[in-house]
Amino acid sequence: MGFSLTKDPRGVVVVGVDGQLIVGNRQDLKQKVLDALEGGTRRFVIDFTKTGYIDSSGLGVLVSLSKKVREQGGELRLAGLNEDLQTLFELTKLDTLFAITKTPAEALAAF
Amino acid sequence: MTDSLHLVVRRPARVEGEVRLSLAVPSDLTLVGDAVELVTRHCDVGVLSPRRLQFNLRTALAEALANAIRYGNRQDRTKLVRVEIECGRDAVRIVVADDGAGFDPREVPDPTTPENVAREDGRGLFVLRHLVDQIEFNQQGNSVCLVLRAG
Repeated sequence: MGFSLTKDPRGVVVVGVDGQLIVGNRQDLKQKVLDALEGGTRRFVIDFTKTGYIDSSGLGVLVSLSKKVREQGGELRLAGLNEDLQTLFELTKLDTLFAITKTPAEALAAF
Repeated sequence: MTDSLHLVVRRPARVEGEVRLSLAVPSDLTLVGDAVELVTRHCDVGVLSPRRLQFNLRTALAEALANAIRYGNRQDRTKLVRVEIECGRDAVRIVVADDGAGFDPREVPDPTTPENVAREDGRGLFVLRHLVDQIEFNQQGNSVCLVLRAG
């Protein structure tokens, strides 16, 4: 359970969300991404391949982080959503705010 | 963290397979995840498909708990959110109640309109409605009953 950060050779940071992204742990994710942003990273992929569920607070933190990254001229992409999570993004129309790919590899290739 | 959660499990002898849970959760948002896992473990009795148990029930319970803790009990740790769960043959029923003044769910704006879609918050109730088969608030608006039908 938790968040793992890896950096590819081109400097894109992939954040893996293991377990859940909810009201109780969203601040950890926020801090990790903001620290990386502060450290100069501008391209992020949030990888949900190992994510069980996301609540509305989790969705909210992604919206907020995406804005902050964009303000610095960067981009935050989402990848690896299962069918239920993809539906959640579609219902809330958040699929219109994010670039979403099936796999983290596709997200990386698109940068 | 689970030390702060108090769970009571009952299996009424007259109804085979039925499980009833009572859980008291201090109004601390960091306890939501543990409370959800605790309930999910005890509700794994075959009423809901593994997918609906792991996604719909977990997300719906997390939303309802977060709303009760944040807006109902205003994160006052001395106040408890009370959760009653009945895993019957036909459905799982969950009641989440707080000590707050309540709210009118009809006044919650649609989070998917163009002016609201990029907001950070305001999606909880909308998400909740889509995850369960039935949702009902008491008149005061400080207790919600969620029903997930079997399957």
